[in-house]
Amino acid sequence: MKNCDLVIIGGGPAGLAAAVSAYDAGIRDILILERDNCLGGILNQCIHNGFGLHTFKEELTGPEYADRFIRQVLERKIEYRLSTMVMDITPDKVVTAMNREDGMFQLRAKAVILAMGCRERPRGALNIPGFRPAGIFSAGTAQRLINIEGYMPGREVVILGSGDIGLIMARRMTLEGAKVKVVAEIMPYSGGLKRNIVQCLDDFGIPLKLSHTLVDIRGKERVEGVTIAQVDEHMKPIPGTEEDYSCDTVLLSVGLLPENELSKSAGVALNPVTRGALVNDRLETSIDGVFACGNVLHVHDLVDYVSEEAASAGRHAAEYITRGEQKSETAVPVKAVDGVRYTVPTTIDPALCDDSVTVRFRVGKVFKDSYISVYLNDERIQHRRKQIMAPGEMEQVILPKKTLLAKDGLKEITVRIEEA
Amino acid sequence: MYDVIIIGAGVTGCSIARELSRYKLKTLVLEKGEDVCTGTSKANSAIVHAGYDAVPGTLKTKLNRRGNEMMGGVTDDLDVPFSRIGSFVVCLKNDDPKKLQALYDRGVANGIKGLEIITDINRLHEMEPNLSDDVVSALYAPTAGIICPFLLTIAMAENAYTNGVEFRFDEEVSSIAKENGSYAVTTGAGVYHTRTVVNAAGVYADAIHNMVSAKKLHITARKGEYCLLDHTAGGHVKHTIFVLPNEFGKGILVSPTIHGNLLLGPTAVDVDDKEATNTTGAGLTEVNTKCFRGVKNIPTREVITSFAGLRAHEDGDDFIIGEPEDAAGFFDAAGIESPGLTSAPAIGEMLAGEIAAKLRAEKNENFNGKRRGILDPKKLTLEERNELIRKNPAYGTIICRCESVTEGEIIDAITRPLGAKSLDGVKRRVRAGMGRCQGGFCSPRVMDLLKKYRNVPMTDITKSGGKSQIVFGYSKKSEEV
Repeated sequence: MKNCDLVIIGGGPAGLAAAVSAYDAGIRDILILERDNCLGGILNQCIHNGFGLHTFKEELTGPEYADRFIRQVLERKIEYRLSTMVMDITPDKVVTAMNREDGMFQLRAKAVILAMGCRERPRGALNIPGFRPAGIFSAGTAQRLINIEGYMPGREVVILGSGDIGLIMARRMTLEGAKVKVVAEIMPYSGGLKRNIVQCLDDFGIPLKLSHTLVDIRGKERVEGVTIAQVDEHMKPIPGTEEDYSCDTVLLSVGLLPENELSKSAGVALNPVTRGALVNDRLETSIDGVFACGNVLHVHDLVDYVSEEAASAGRHAAEYITRGEQKSETAVPVKAVDGVRYTVPTTIDPALCDDSVTVRFRVGKVFKDSYISVYLNDERIQHRRKQIMAPGEMEQVILPKKTLLAKDGLKEITVRIEEA
Repeated sequence: MYDVIIIGAGVTGCSIARELSRYKLKTLVLEKGEDVCTGTSKANSAIVHAGYDAVPGTLKTKLNRRGNEMMGGVTDDLDVPFSRIGSFVVCLKNDDPKKLQALYDRGVANGIKGLEIITDINRLHEMEPNLSDDVVSALYAPTAGIICPFLLTIAMAENAYTNGVEFRFDEEVSSIAKENGSYAVTTGAGVYHTRTVVNAAGVYADAIHNMVSAKKLHITARKGEYCLLDHTAGGHVKHTIFVLPNEFGKGILVSPTIHGNLLLGPTAVDVDDKEATNTTGAGLTEVNTKCFRGVKNIPTREVITSFAGLRAHEDGDDFIIGEPEDAAGFFDAAGIESPGLTSAPAIGEMLAGEIAAKLRAEKNENFNGKRRGILDPKKLTLEERNELIRKNPAYGTIICRCESVTEGEIIDAITRPLGAKSLDGVKRRVRAGMGRCQGGFCSPRVMDLLKKYRNVPMTDITKSGGKSQIVFGYSKKSEEV
């Protein structure tokens, strides 16, 4: 069995940024394993612009954004394997992978970075009743068919769910000549970014129906129509509110799930809220030397933050490889309460952490004119007013190491939303 | 002139076809779908029943028992996964234990071996830790099993085909006329003449039967809705768990599937429309609530798909097998509802025997009952797998991530005898698209393989034949491809 200092599972934005930062921290024996036939991951099919505003201060398309990082990987001559599927990871970091040329092979890694991304929740996961004809696509599958394969998957479209990919695809299908009739969202708020609602729906006159869901899909062979109904506060359809739409296509943009099957087989402990790994401030999972970043850790809205997070994972993995596991004896939990659904990380060790720790989280509902507050034990150390917070937009707080170290008897860090 | 025309390529029709291929007979299977196993056979509980619950003396009882006995040998010969995991009928604290005893007594009368009523709660929970806390006793049937109904049907068809049976798809029978000692069977594609006809038309077997017989049949489509849970939930129970029927109905079974998922269902609602394979809000709610009667803590949020199947329920409540008095040479296999999947090998054996005797057919010495299934590389050792990839690199490329299906398997599914023509055809043969993402990632790649190996334009690739095309043409170009 071959040895390798650092194996990175996934060559999308997270894996690429992690590889570059690990290299820059002095690690040379790195291998990126990518299942697709090119680096860049899902960005390759995201041909719209709006990527990189934070990182590069300019608006790039997905492939352009990916290219910036691919170049950095190539310049550093970091090794990668394409069309290579990782089949298994063991708790002692033996990675089993497979491709056409090498067959099935195993690597013993000193450290592993999980960067497998996420997948879309399918129709079946929602128990949407009706027939199961052709013409029901997850938004990302339709995006791939149009942008990568060059095919038109539909002409008259109804979209369920207002996740970002669904919003982007509403615009994309419209630009390709399809008629997008309506976007139905079961929640009373959109799951996507505000800017996408404006640029992808409002600008094209596509109605967004909040608190509405699909209650029937018609058509035995190809979709012929759907029924949409309003839902009550328990998300149950309200009888009498049904509206029929004729359409040949249904796109689903109803949530993304981190792809953690490999992590589970390795024994990585997962957070039931994010379905991603539980990590400490170094983005290290419950297994020493196994790190996670990007959408496999928690689903992001902006790739810029994926790159930032992944760079941190790469740096800490490098540190682990050179210095070994640092016994954490003073780690404190980060608690998500009062409207904060989860935090990443879930523990911080003030003695071991970076000069500042970015804690990312999402809120559980829409908050207006409310405060993001951080408490060290009972002492409030941050209290930042936000005009609006929504579940579709990730929030963050930055905790300086010296503040954490200065707090005597620090037992817990709490992030909460305080309404005005 | 054919010797036999079988109408319907479900598990019943394909089993009869395979059994008939043991004889020197010119046999044709006519199927209205684009593939075998597209009706009732594709959407059911995938259970091999022990045979305790049919009324003694009925065909259902006789053929269930015989089919169960045959299943091990048949699946060995055909390389189809089958496992005798055993089943429980659980009796809850408010149920009448006499009903459980009656079921046991009936099973004994039916000649079912190994039945046992277990009242030792500790033993029950040891055997099945997630049984509901309300369970007080259970009827254990060790001979019950689980099977893949798609692979059983496909394997029977492939084996029949390689032994000389013809198959024609997308041909719906519109009329059957009696001629001098033979029949003329008309489909959208033409007229076929045959000495005998087998009616294995599922929910439409009444319509086919009524074309030739004055003694009318009436089949009702009885809808059953199901939910399928991810592999992560597959180990939740180790046996098939039924609940005793009570005033709330027959109850929802909870069972592992042969592929490691967890299956919940079915409901039972009679419907007028024999094409109504749609799920309903009420049905899915019923499945998701009643499943908890016999089993606790079912992780229903791990659901990956739901589906509905139609049982072919005949008014007489039994299988109808054989020649009606007024239609010599016409053989029914009608009213094949549960335990139809279990009984399929026995129905095939019985009807093929009757038809061969009637036609005085000779044995086919060249009959080879063995069929090799699609190679599953997951069952190989690392060395064997590498050897395979060296010989055929397509086995080194994973197409379906969720079920770890390689390109090699999909090519085999498309290019083998009676190969897959659609996404669903591939899915039923090798499970690409059957997993937790439900084809989100792999369907464009499977479409590419179908296009390449069937040599058809992308606009002709369908989900399940007919008008179920997936793309309409190129983006940003004219509609023609």
